[in-house]
Amino acid sequence: MDINFSAQDLEFRDEVRAFFASEYDANVAQGLSSGQGDDYKQAIVSWQKKLHAKGWIAPGWPKEYGGTGWSVTQKFIYETERGAAGIPDVVPFGLKMVAPVIYTFGNEEQKARFLPRILSSDDWWCQGYSEPGAGSDLAALSTTAEYAGDNYIVNGRKIWTTFAQYADWIFCLVRTSKDVRKQQGISFLLIDMNTPGVSVKPIPTIDGKHSLNEVLFEDALVPRENLIGEQDKGWTYAKALLAHERTGMAEVADSKRMLANLKQRAAAEVNGGQPMIADPVFQMRLSDIEMELMALEYTELRVFASMASGGTPGPESSLLKIKGTEISQSIHELQLQLAAYYGGALQGDLSNQQLGHSFAAEARKSYMYGRAATIYGGSNEVQRNVIAKAVLGL
Amino acid sequence: MNFEFSEEQVMIKDSVARFVRDEYDFDTRRKIIESDEGISRDFWAMFAELGWLSIPFAEEYGGFGGSVEDTVAMMEELGKGIVVEPYVSTVVIFGGLLSAASNEALKAEYIPKIIDGSCLGSFAFLERQSRFEIADIATSAVVSDAGFIINGEKTVVFNAATANSLIVAARTSGDQFDPQGISLFMVDATSPGISVDSYKTMDGQTAATVTFNDVQVSDSQLLGAVGQGMTIVDQVMPQILMALSAEALGIMSTLNTITVDYTKTRQQFGTPISSFQALQHRMVDTFMACEQSKSLLYRGLCAATEVAENSQAGSVELQKSAHALKATVAKYGKLIGEEAIQIHGGIGITDELNIGHYVKRLMTINVTFGDGDFHQKKFNQLSYSSL
Repeated sequence: MDINFSAQDLEFRDEVRAFFASEYDANVAQGLSSGQGDDYKQAIVSWQKKLHAKGWIAPGWPKEYGGTGWSVTQKFIYETERGAAGIPDVVPFGLKMVAPVIYTFGNEEQKARFLPRILSSDDWWCQGYSEPGAGSDLAALSTTAEYAGDNYIVNGRKIWTTFAQYADWIFCLVRTSKDVRKQQGISFLLIDMNTPGVSVKPIPTIDGKHSLNEVLFEDALVPRENLIGEQDKGWTYAKALLAHERTGMAEVADSKRMLANLKQRAAAEVNGGQPMIADPVFQMRLSDIEMELMALEYTELRVFASMASGGTPGPESSLLKIKGTEISQSIHELQLQLAAYYGGALQGDLSNQQLGHSFAAEARKSYMYGRAATIYGGSNEVQRNVIAKAVLGL
Repeated sequence: MNFEFSEEQVMIKDSVARFVRDEYDFDTRRKIIESDEGISRDFWAMFAELGWLSIPFAEEYGGFGGSVEDTVAMMEELGKGIVVEPYVSTVVIFGGLLSAASNEALKAEYIPKIIDGSCLGSFAFLERQSRFEIADIATSAVVSDAGFIINGEKTVVFNAATANSLIVAARTSGDQFDPQGISLFMVDATSPGISVDSYKTMDGQTAATVTFNDVQVSDSQLLGAVGQGMTIVDQVMPQILMALSAEALGIMSTLNTITVDYTKTRQQFGTPISSFQALQHRMVDTFMACEQSKSLLYRGLCAATEVAENSQAGSVELQKSAHALKATVAKYGKLIGEEAIQIHGGIGITDELNIGHYVKRLMTINVTFGDGDFHQKKFNQLSYSSL
């Protein structure tokens, strides 16, 4: 057993490092960390355009559609370096969620129409899956699409839609047939957000930010050519891609970076004159997380390695999702604990410098919004059901 | 990147698995434990014949020339059968220390005897006061005309009663806690002045209090340089921890399998209890616990490969991995053992069922060379003290 990198891999690592070092400068970093409003969208789009110009925007795609053609090892190196440099991952809805559905199940016109604009970040996508009455039980969704003439008439409500306020397009699961098993009457529909009858309502969250929305459809007319694959087969298409979505949720590289930051902060924060990093209880909490993360890193590598030898991510990707999100939450928790009193300050006009403990506000926000990680993408309870059924045969 | 066992390693695994399945059933094991010696000499001879006792040793001494990875492949399967024959004591620890030492004459004499099954060995290091700090040694080895004279008491010397030879850690200089000044001696277990008080342990093995009363040893029985014994111990420790953890992992996966299978057959409220979500999620957690532990074992093996290829680089990573592994196996071994008992219900606490016996071996492994908290503390020192 080894994780030896070849000379070529090491060369590739240096290239990735050099690219990040030169392109991901303080300006870009600042823009990507502010996290609000149109400036935030602009910062993300312009960073993703840089990656696109380099040809690195879609490592997960097949090469023929604009993927990088990297080996599994190269993908691992890229992710590791990205996380180590503190660079946020690309917004997943277009690049990692709808694009694989389009290039796997879409027709040639759809591929030609949508994929290039996803690669270039000219189209911003959001995901229309959950509904007020369909959360973990996603197949209970009731947004309807009635076929009439050359259009579907869509009515209903989607909820928890991240970044719908920025989106040009939404990919939706909609009900096209009733009176069949609930999974069988669902279709996969691409909807232009500018369609009359489509509206977006913000849902403020406990971190004080706006990323979630409700998306309403009132007699929205969607052309038939926006249907992916066959009508009533949408559940199959969506499900096929879920394992890919979960594999990405281990976020090992990001957690490693957060943990490294946390350690630095723990070395700077003192209690009774002693750095918190030297506090034996704090050390135990820290290493509980660090050892779990060291394990997850290799669990993920094992999944990658089996994918490299031809396997597809199976139910073990649920393990990555569960552990990955539990670990990132535990880092958020410890970071907020470190912020102590200052985690509660709603700073108003006070700068970080004036208040001190400059990470504290972000620590609170990460903690609060971070609670969502074990809920979205199939709650961790649902993931446990998946493993119970598919791995343990219970 | 490669996380597969080699073809050769898979053959070793299969051969041990076959032995456990066909020849080492629960009743056979019970009879061995209840026998006077507590081990089967016949099986030990068979291990020798199958080449299992030769695996980690260099080819120049008749060994198979294997790596820690080969040992680990073997240990995981031995764990599945909770095999009580002293493979860890003799091959991994006693043999490992001997191999890492610089005394060529001792190696040439003893390694072939380990391989042919005629030498059972044990490492006598622990003392009443020392708990997990190996360097806390009061047993003395004082220079004499003919070499050294050893005096002191060693406790919980695993498999001492069956061992022909002991490697004894004794202080040749320094105060009681000084890692410098400890020397390792190869001592014949029947040497004048040695007495062995043996007892059985909960995991079906034996241990002993061994006292040394003016035991005379010669210079040629020193494993390495005088006072440098801890260097040898430190060098071998990661592979000992990985071998023990691999054994534990074999036990953990077996406990999970037995438990999952049991819930599919046990009926309550008119349905198999495997259909209850309250139990399903707990079994998912124990499954994940086992996978995470396995990942740390593989991490350690990769670090060991790195160290083997480039003797300096990666040794801190190897130490950290080994501590993280032992600490995690302690935590998750406890979880898996306790969940196995709980999910089985009343039958889980009976002596008749195998579950409790697997759990007791896990408990022994946990305390061997440091429990979870000890290793986590070591991990913390390596990771955080420089920040």
